[in-house]
Amino acid sequence: MTINKTKDGKALTLAVEGRLDTITAPDLEAVLKEELDDVGELTFDFSSLEYISSAGLRVLLSAQKRMNAQGSMKVTGVSEIIMEIFEVTGFSDILTIE
Amino acid sequence: MKELTVKAETALLDEVTDFVNAELDELGCPMKAVMQIDLAVEEIFVNIASYAYRSADDPDKNGGAVIRVESAEPGTGDPNSRSVRITFEDRGIPFDPTARADPDRTTSAEDRPIGGLGIFLTKKIMDEVRYEYRCGKNILSVRKDFPVL
Repeated sequence: MTINKTKDGKALTLAVEGRLDTITAPDLEAVLKEELDDVGELTFDFSSLEYISSAGLRVLLSAQKRMNAQGSMKVTGVSEIIMEIFEVTGFSDILTIE
Repeated sequence: MKELTVKAETALLDEVTDFVNAELDELGCPMKAVMQIDLAVEEIFVNIASYAYRSADDPDKNGGAVIRVESAEPGTGDPNSRSVRITFEDRGIPFDPTARADPDRTTSAEDRPIGGLGIFLTKKIMDEVRYEYRCGKNILSVRKDFPVL
């Protein structure tokens, strides 16, 4: 998994590529912990994300909880396969998916 | 049928996934089903590595997870459908994950517990999840049906 960060004022975009699983999810968690302090608008670009497991969903959920308190969060570029995982788990109702 | 015996250790997830995917490739499993099977494999293997044994240095963890991949009798009568069965065995604490209640998916982000989704996800995306405890082993198997392309 690779994470490309783009920061523009209070807006942060994280483009996540590859596999977000039990092994890699802690890396994303660490980036969020480091970068989120003064962020008001968080975007996850998932157009090159191939795979997400419940470990990845957990990181998204805690990011959503945090951003509910300090701004907004959205997810873009979701593929059909990953959308199905969001739908099965009810995450499609929690996340703002564009 | 192919079988892999590994230490019940989360760090070995990639090895397990690669083993399973090589077999799925042989069976002509399409990409979408491969991703769903990978998900089930990750949830089950990580559960075994995290909870089946009493401590991180439990010697039983060595060779403590056995994974078998085999083609299975399709659950549907459709001649264009094939099936694969993946079975996990561990010698750890008896635990039936299929007996767990499903999480409430209608709650908001604030009220949602972090976690508890793995086995639920597995049940949703596999066509069958079967558990038994036999000869001191937890035996959990999943079946996935997929279309032949």
